[in-house]
Amino acid sequence: MTHKTIEVGYLARVEGEGSLDVSIRDGAVEDVRLSIFEPPRFFEAFLRGRAFSEAPDITARICGICPIAYQMSACQAMEDALGVTVDGPLRDLRRLIYCGEWIESHTLHVYMLHAPDFLGYAGAIEMARDHAATVQRGLQLKKAGNEIVALIGGREVHPINVRVGGFYRVPKKNALAPLRETLERARDRALETVRWVAGFDFPPCERDYEFVALVHPNEYPMNEGRIVSSRGLDIPVHAFADHFEEHQVAYSTALQARIKARGHYLVGPAARYSLNAAKLSPLARDAATAAGLGEVCRNPYQSIVVRSVEVLYACDEALRLVDAYVEPDRPYVPFDVRSGTGYGCTEAPRGILHHRYAIDAEGTILEAEIVPPTSQNQPSIEDDLRAFIPAWSNLADDALQWRCEQTIRNYDPCISCATHFLKLNVQRQ
Amino acid sequence: MATAAKPKLAVWKFASCDGCQLSLLDLEDELLAVAGQVEIAVFLEATRSFVEGPYDVSLVEGSVTTPHDAERIREIRAQSRQLVTIGACATAGGIQALRNFQNVEDFLAVVYASPDYIDTLATSTPISEHVKVDLELQGCPINKRQLLEVLTAFLHGRRPDLPAYSVCMECKRRGNVCVMVAHGTPCLGPVTHAGCYAICPAYDRGCYGCYGPMETPNTAALSRWMAALGQDPRGIQRAYRTFNANAPAFRAESEKHDAQND
Repeated sequence: MTHKTIEVGYLARVEGEGSLDVSIRDGAVEDVRLSIFEPPRFFEAFLRGRAFSEAPDITARICGICPIAYQMSACQAMEDALGVTVDGPLRDLRRLIYCGEWIESHTLHVYMLHAPDFLGYAGAIEMARDHAATVQRGLQLKKAGNEIVALIGGREVHPINVRVGGFYRVPKKNALAPLRETLERARDRALETVRWVAGFDFPPCERDYEFVALVHPNEYPMNEGRIVSSRGLDIPVHAFADHFEEHQVAYSTALQARIKARGHYLVGPAARYSLNAAKLSPLARDAATAAGLGEVCRNPYQSIVVRSVEVLYACDEALRLVDAYVEPDRPYVPFDVRSGTGYGCTEAPRGILHHRYAIDAEGTILEAEIVPPTSQNQPSIEDDLRAFIPAWSNLADDALQWRCEQTIRNYDPCISCATHFLKLNVQRQ
Repeated sequence: MATAAKPKLAVWKFASCDGCQLSLLDLEDELLAVAGQVEIAVFLEATRSFVEGPYDVSLVEGSVTTPHDAERIREIRAQSRQLVTIGACATAGGIQALRNFQNVEDFLAVVYASPDYIDTLATSTPISEHVKVDLELQGCPINKRQLLEVLTAFLHGRRPDLPAYSVCMECKRRGNVCVMVAHGTPCLGPVTHAGCYAICPAYDRGCYGCYGPMETPNTAALSRWMAALGQDPRGIQRAYRTFNANAPAFRAESEKHDAQND
């Protein structure tokens, strides 16, 4: 019987703090535990007693990488509770700022967090020594996403302009004009990015995921849709708790989610793409096909290709929205405060982000529940490792560790969202 | 500059959202230039390489909320020639310091089915409550331009130019109409530390204090203004109890508006 222990420090290039414990006995994987020990911050608890109007700004602070996602889900849930409908140009403006976040967040991951794994670098700074022009391209593409977020939202991280009902102030038509040139160049860079990552070496690993994403009748999903799965689930957002549950495991400060009827599932770019590929713009669809993606993507390593395709789509879609923009009559939809329960679910870059709030007649929050994408994907990450590690058991310890890290980074896990750090311990027995 | 002579920079994370260290990566036009001037020895969000200390500069994001982190910050301090805290979590305890005003056991029970598994302190505290801090950069999130200024100043051995006045000064300079005077919108600008360049008033919104208190803020006067604009004590208390709730000036003012004091 062979027995081996590998201990590794903090897992890098993820957002937040966690560790991985793997024990291997005679080449077989005995146990895989993705432990998230990011210190808990108790958002759901301290939201109680706050005003409904504070939820978008407070929940944004769950994640500095995807604050728009939190603001969008929080607004949608509050608007559901208050009976407010945000449509027309205000809805388009929300979609535009969400495009900015997808571009910024995905590009950060593609270039700075994930590509170094495929090319054998510790990080993007090290990669830039040999591939300066490529890293510069990524930085400029990321910057384009940040420009959208900053122009509409006021700043890149924790934007200030999103509120329940719409925005505090909406831009003039001509204020968006400078985005046009930025986005045209970004779209070119995004297309180059898809071609670049398509040439990476992908381990031949496929898994039979149950994909879960929003599906909307006529658009690639961001802010609105029904929750749909590849195994027949098709429910409105408010029915989330009837079909999904979160449970606590002793080794993690993040709760783990599962579909009550079946268990683990996948959210995020690959799930979104696999359920919605036909709704991409022609440019993005053609780029996906040329990059070798089929109608569905079951190889988690190819998530970098899907992310790049989504960046291309987001550039294309943002250009469409900028051109079509008409300044709304008013920056937000007025409403009366009333008691109620509201549900929100939008497509964060990493997958569906569910919020539920109960508020009283004054608008004070009585209950808050937030289910971030990473806690939904955490069991799938463990499943991937369990499935793939046996084939790598001959790798040297450092190579095995790196491969495990890469497998985790396939998910762009935002551990800050799920609570947060990764330390890798491999035990071989 | 020879490679061996480059100062060593380390970036550390405590309880936080990652947004302030992201500001470094959001310096898209300057990032590679910065990386040319310093050795990025530790920056887990960006690289899996890890260079042992000591470090010339440590940037610390996040607040201390666990016994383990209280120990970890001491080790980092011992390894760091200069320690700069970045953001509201590191300088004031962050939004998670709202627990400091309540019973953390109740908080645990709301979020976790088995609270016993969770190892947490009753309070979220700034880094300066645990170790000596050389410079504090306020903001939720920090302004990436200010971060660049801090790094540039460090490289040239000078003090960074970080104004200590209020958001009002920036607001005037930006040419904003005063949202409080003109629209009657409650605004924390008069008591809030500059650095954001008055974004909220520029978007027709009152400042919500995410840069924390300025030096010697007159919060009592501002609270009277807010009350005159129709804010009830609860609303005034909430205004001070957000991302810098545990900063002494905001904390003291918010405690004046507790329900039992009404």
